[in-house]
Amino acid sequence: MIRAQVLICGGTGCTSSGSNDIQHAFKEHIEANGLSEEVKIVQTGCFGLCALGPVVIIYPDGTFYSRVTTDDVKEIVEEHLLKGRVVERLVYNDTGSEEVVGNVSLEDTAFYKSQNRVVLRNCGVIDPENIEEYIAMDGYAALGKVLTEMTPEDVIKVVTDSGLRGRGGGGFPTGRKWALCAPNKAPQKYVVCNADEGDPGAFMDRSVLEGDPHSVIEAMAIAGYAIGATQGYVYVRAEYPIAVKRLQKAIDQAREYGLLGKDIFGSGFDFDMHIRLGAGAFVCGEETALMTSIEGNRGEPRPRPPYPAVKGLYASPTVENNVETFANIPQIILRGAEWFASMGTERSKGTKVFALGGKIKHTGLVEIPMGTTLRKIIEEIGGGIPNGKKFKAAQTGGPSGGCIPASLIDVEVDYDNLTAMGCMMGSGGLIVMDEDNCMVDMAKFFLEFTVDESCGKCTPCRVGTKRLLELLNKITDGKGTIEDLDRLEELCQYIKQNSLCGLGQTAPNPVLATLKFFRDEYEAHVVDKKCPAGVCKNLLTFTIDKDKCIGCGMCAKNCPVNAITRTDYIAPNHKLASFEINGNKCIKCGACMANCKFKAISKQ
Amino acid sequence: MKSLAELQAIKEKMKNKVVLREGGEEIRVVVGMATCGIAAGARPVLNELVEQVEKLGLSGKVMVSQTGCIGICQYEPVVEVFEAGKDKVTYVKMTAEKAVRVAEEHLKDGKVVSEYTIANYQA
Repeated sequence: MIRAQVLICGGTGCTSSGSNDIQHAFKEHIEANGLSEEVKIVQTGCFGLCALGPVVIIYPDGTFYSRVTTDDVKEIVEEHLLKGRVVERLVYNDTGSEEVVGNVSLEDTAFYKSQNRVVLRNCGVIDPENIEEYIAMDGYAALGKVLTEMTPEDVIKVVTDSGLRGRGGGGFPTGRKWALCAPNKAPQKYVVCNADEGDPGAFMDRSVLEGDPHSVIEAMAIAGYAIGATQGYVYVRAEYPIAVKRLQKAIDQAREYGLLGKDIFGSGFDFDMHIRLGAGAFVCGEETALMTSIEGNRGEPRPRPPYPAVKGLYASPTVENNVETFANIPQIILRGAEWFASMGTERSKGTKVFALGGKIKHTGLVEIPMGTTLRKIIEEIGGGIPNGKKFKAAQTGGPSGGCIPASLIDVEVDYDNLTAMGCMMGSGGLIVMDEDNCMVDMAKFFLEFTVDESCGKCTPCRVGTKRLLELLNKITDGKGTIEDLDRLEELCQYIKQNSLCGLGQTAPNPVLATLKFFRDEYEAHVVDKKCPAGVCKNLLTFTIDKDKCIGCGMCAKNCPVNAITRTDYIAPNHKLASFEINGNKCIKCGACMANCKFKAISKQ
Repeated sequence: MKSLAELQAIKEKMKNKVVLREGGEEIRVVVGMATCGIAAGARPVLNELVEQVEKLGLSGKVMVSQTGCIGICQYEPVVEVFEAGKDKVTYVKMTAEKAVRVAEEHLKDGKVVSEYTIANYQA
């Protein structure tokens, strides 16, 4: 008889910080203490608080242990599981005080309290490799309802009425997408799930596939019924080995239980699906390129029209949705369009999952209603900026998006507000930047990414982004002129208007957004030849304050290019002569500054 | 899967197994499981309680958990029942057999088994 359950996060974040070893250790110690009959170990998907991983939760009390190591396991088993005494030193505590004030459960933390988990409702709760646990949480009930009680038109109407919009980035209404495809007659139609999550720093879809793969399978079958398709494909990148493994296992189990295959629920409806692995090209996240890649060709986009609803995969009518979009569908069917539409803002309904990254305390996954302010996301849920630094901007939408400056921190985050400020919801990556980040450097980072990832089919994207990057390099090298800024803007507009697919059309966004909100930083680079954040190396000079330097020589010892030498000057009160930096030799690595215990070295 | 009934059957079967993680129970039963409690035989009591709760179909309503030493070691094994809006009930010198009665009468029907409570022993 099981009286307690140990949930160990098996998401990619916690796995790389050693959760597999922890699971083995738990098994060992639970057996050693003769508790195998009473305590069950469950490997779950991502809990969302990746910064504090590996994460272990013990039920029924829901005690939330963070940063657990294999050495802690013995103590947890002997104290908590055997004697019922919570190991307080390992309990996650967001109050900042030493004392744990009954704040031991995950649900009580500020990180979770403001969230509204619809897509992630099962992540970190069920064992993703056990279909019966999913069924226990109302799994496949939506598919059952659809197949036995609803017509395809009913299904499309519910999805349309819910106001669900595509979570992959564009925000196209999902119901309309299905309605466009449904009437097209063809011998074979397809449902495709886009799990080619490519934005740097984004991992929402991975978490859903790892933590709740059946929700995607169920939704794809529902979509198949709605549009009259019997075959599905999930296109997922090979860099997500855990997600691929769990999804494959889930598909196998669904087939075994007759939830995929012929005559599901005795309704006469057939649906089956397969996984296609992507090799990791960013452009394959673009829907037409993705379909080309599934067909076995080089992943290049196709001009539209014809749209995929008419002529998609294998030239057949196809609906393609993103993982997170699909994960919403079963809940919408079960709880109704009104329920879903009651969350969010006027034109953006429901919730959105964001991957918080960058300069923020709680890096991880959060799911919040649309329309939550950026301030709440960063300060309340994200725990604020570490080390007392000041918030400067948040980058959304990865290489296709823009940035929200600190002055607009009270904006309500939804599709339309972000688009209005030249930003983009994107797939949901949210990278937080503080005063130490240079915005020109940030734009350069994303552009380097798009230059690498441009497939090369159309000239504006292939050549244009490269030229853009060269202009940015010129600016960060201190060789830019004020005219370059106008040239930059003009080229951005040209690329936006003339590229074939979404990759090129959105590639200039990071540059345009930073130019709009942080033009003063660009001007500092080209006019004063200074990088205000102290990031762009070629604009920096390191100097030693000769009166603060005590002559210990740590800087010279750590300088990789021997640019630091001793002078004749001995500061008053000091015994040894101070050092100086030879600016011609200095490569601006910052090693001297990092090693100076007396804060005698500064950069500007 | 040929019918919704089949799906429902799996759901019912699994419900009790995942319900531990859902929260929202009305009654919390805590068993003292410090060294004193374990030495006095708290483990069989705890296991019996968990088993009875499931058997009586109270899984969504009652949460059985463990705690440390309550401080009345001479009365171990100690079981305390917390219910919102009601006074805490402390059962002492528990055994697996007594646990069955507590589960049936108190947890299921809401009648405190007063002969097992601490008041009865101290009197």
